[in-house]
Amino acid sequence: MTQKQIYLDHAATTYLDLRVKKEMDLVLEKVYANPGSLHQYGLKAKELLGRCRTRVAEIIKADPSEIIFTSGGTESINLAIKGIAFSKGKGHIITSKIEHPAGLRTCEYLEKKGFSITYLEVDQDGLVNPKEVEKVIRKDTILISIMYANNEIGTIEPIAEIGAVAERHKIPFHTDACQAGFLDLDVKKLKIDLMTLNGGKIYGPKGSGILYVKKGIKLEPLIHGGGQERGLRSGTENLANIVGFTKALELAQKEKEAENKRLVGLRDYFIQEVLKRIPKVFLNGDPTKRLANNANISFLDVEGESVLLYLDHKGIMVSTGSACSSEKLEISHVLDAIGLKHDAAHGSIRFTLGKKTTKEELDYTVKELIPIIKSLRQISPVHLKAEEIRK
Amino acid sequence: MSAGEVKEKVKIIKENKAGEEKAEVKGKESQYWLYTQTVKDHFFHPRNLFKNDAELAEYKKKADGHGMVGSPQCGDVMEMFIKVDKKNNTIKECRWRTFGCASAISSTSILSEMVKGMKLEEAKKITPQDIVKALGGLPARKIHCSVLGDQALRKAIEDYEKKKDQRS
Repeated sequence: MTQKQIYLDHAATTYLDLRVKKEMDLVLEKVYANPGSLHQYGLKAKELLGRCRTRVAEIIKADPSEIIFTSGGTESINLAIKGIAFSKGKGHIITSKIEHPAGLRTCEYLEKKGFSITYLEVDQDGLVNPKEVEKVIRKDTILISIMYANNEIGTIEPIAEIGAVAERHKIPFHTDACQAGFLDLDVKKLKIDLMTLNGGKIYGPKGSGILYVKKGIKLEPLIHGGGQERGLRSGTENLANIVGFTKALELAQKEKEAENKRLVGLRDYFIQEVLKRIPKVFLNGDPTKRLANNANISFLDVEGESVLLYLDHKGIMVSTGSACSSEKLEISHVLDAIGLKHDAAHGSIRFTLGKKTTKEELDYTVKELIPIIKSLRQISPVHLKAEEIRK
Repeated sequence: MSAGEVKEKVKIIKENKAGEEKAEVKGKESQYWLYTQTVKDHFFHPRNLFKNDAELAEYKKKADGHGMVGSPQCGDVMEMFIKVDKKNNTIKECRWRTFGCASAISSTSILSEMVKGMKLEEAKKITPQDIVKALGGLPARKIHCSVLGDQALRKAIEDYEKKKDQRS
């Protein structure tokens, strides 16, 4: 008998939906020409590219000319933040302490280049306060960049309210929506000026994504060359990936209501089971303003990498915010920002559910988790008190 | 095909078959693992642990030396207890507890095996590199933070020597 394999790391990346793969396969096989070529094959490819752009634009309530296809989340975030910064030359950027490293490292880089950055604090659930955003706006503020939903703790930020603040002050607002493919993506309603999306988190291909850029916003390109994507992103278009991304986004948005409802049920069931059956555990992130598939739970007195590897040994794949798992041996900057003491952050495990996740899988996970935590606690000389978890 | 070639081919087929069979037997468990096989063995089957709190409490009273290093803030804490054969000045038993990642747990476990029957003077000289070597290697970034067992052991030996001096 082979071992069970339970993938609970969908926030890291998802598998390809077979309906997406089917469309991609057709393109890979049949539409290989360069959309820039003038012959019939080239024009066919160009037509398909245009159709994708229109389909994506319709979904997010934008104009097709406002969609830039990129190689994914990291590139889109870089293009949004550096693109604005370089086009302005100087100024002040507002972001948060819990952004994805793609946002944080980009801002730190710009800081070295002479830009001024405000990294906003978040509350203990990871929420950015729109009033705080408004408070730190300066005359020279050139961009507000706040993520839509956090990849580690799943907290969904008040994007529409931040968008309203940005609009009032006429400052471009970028949001990293990489984890938000199953949420409302209406850029008009949410008052978003730039939006990053990627395919690898929504059952589409890795290395695919977009940056939505509202008309009138000037960006300096980062990649120069043949002038594709309105000159903002040169390089022959990866048509199969673009088709895959488009299909994945369509499916995500079409199925989001039913799927979110199913996942919230499973997620809350899982969280309750863990909290009920294992002592000294707590949930990280907002309990309700939360991604439907995210359960980030801290287990006191044990270290996350050990829990992860014991779970993996039972076929259950998760991730952790423990320092021991990171290259730099630092605890997750998100858990640090929500005020967790390092001792408590070390035992955090992120379970992220997906389309194929079942109640049976979660029951199996809880069943395996109980003895794992128990035995690791048995060999642990650390005994934290529940009231000592915050700084 | 010469007789030699035939023999060689049969050998290859046999080896492939053996490989397949082995893979099937191992199919229960993933072949992918972050560290060495020795780390895996000690991580999933740690040696010289306490079965429960009662055993630990009892052992605390009987142990000849006790040492603890690290802090949960940094991510790793190690606690060691030793029993000493006073006649030969050797370590009779080494028991431990660890809060930490796989390399922390496995390095403490293997150390507790290495020191059995070892002279105290020799045990004091054990370095993190000795432990890493016994484990068949660890990622470089892990060594500094997670291999603390040698320090815990030295503390336990010092504790024993201090108590001995007080007695005599």
